[in-house]
Amino acid sequence: MSLSEEQIDRYSRHIILSDVGVEGQEKILSGKVLIIGAGGLGAPAALYLAAAGVGTIGLVDDGLVELSNLQRQVIHFTPDVGKPKVLSAKEKIAEINPEVKVTTYQERAYSGNIAKIIQDYDFIIDGTDNFPAKFLINDACVLGAKPFSHGGILRFEGQAMTYLPKEACYRCIFGAPPPKNAVPTCSQAGILGAVAGMLGTIQAAEALRFLIAKGELLVNRLLIFDALRMSFRQVTFKRNPHCPICGENPSIKQLIDEELPACDLKKK
Amino acid sequence: MKIKVNGKEREINGSSISLAELLKREKVENPEMVSVQLNNEFVDKVKLAGVYLKQADEVDFLYFMGGGSLNGSV
Ligand SMILES: [Zn+2]
Repeated sequence: MSLSEEQIDRYSRHIILSDVGVEGQEKILSGKVLIIGAGGLGAPAALYLAAAGVGTIGLVDDGLVELSNLQRQVIHFTPDVGKPKVLSAKEKIAEINPEVKVTTYQERAYSGNIAKIIQDYDFIIDGTDNFPAKFLINDACVLGAKPFSHGGILRFEGQAMTYLPKEACYRCIFGAPPPKNAVPTCSQAGILGAVAGMLGTIQAAEALRFLIAKGELLVNRLLIFDALRMSFRQVTFKRNPHCPICGENPSIKQLIDEELPACDLKKK
Repeated sequence: MKIKVNGKEREINGSSISLAELLKREKVENPEMVSVQLNNEFVDKVKLAGVYLKQADEVDFLYFMGGGSLNGSV
């Protein structure tokens, strides 16, 4: 691949970075990144990946844009309310950067489709909001040997880690989803929109650094930030020999769907 | 004795306490929502009451974080 003059212009601020250069930009242009969840994390991640020129972006989401999404899901605009999120996101990506190929999956990721979907991608971004999906993405990526970025947010806090094959996984830390009655109810939760933006942007930066193979990813460490105090810290960890999927005696050998806690604000 | 909790120094006066007791003192409302690391090793939740802290131990609480919205994506 050689860059056109227009590409050299469009990506000039990347190309002048010594850690990116023409070579790194070419890697980005041939990269394939899958974003599961076109919401608060997936929206900023998709915007930055599209602007960066990632060759193929896959989007998985079965939802429609709702008015309450617009407070943080910055890829969706007011006229998009009611539109499938993957379609709304695809349209914005095309406007930001028509070079990017977008593949949409208007479905919910579950044990029956995820392995096949992730197969075609170099890197996966977990932009989902619920524990069954987070554990499913982890398991599919561990079993399929695919790198992925985990992101979790709650109120003013966020956390991120990156999985690379043979390194520590999400279940190494958390084992299994918390019991249903322990998860904060929807009325106790909530999220400052900008916090979702911070985290989605961190995830996009992980994907880009993975593609250009530069720097140190958030591997074997969990980045935790509290945006109320704007403090960041990181906790290092290593593979857990008791991990149910990547440990010495794994109990999970095929994909499972963990139970989704019931939660519906509208019924209140 | 001095220990570190989430990177910050803590003084534990008197006799040693268990990790379960530390969770209470640190006002972790919901121990089910936290994964505990002691000196870079994860501690099984069922063992928290039986593991006692010693001088210079480093404890980290890693919280489960999902998302703030109702369904699908965050
Ligand atoms: Zn593991």
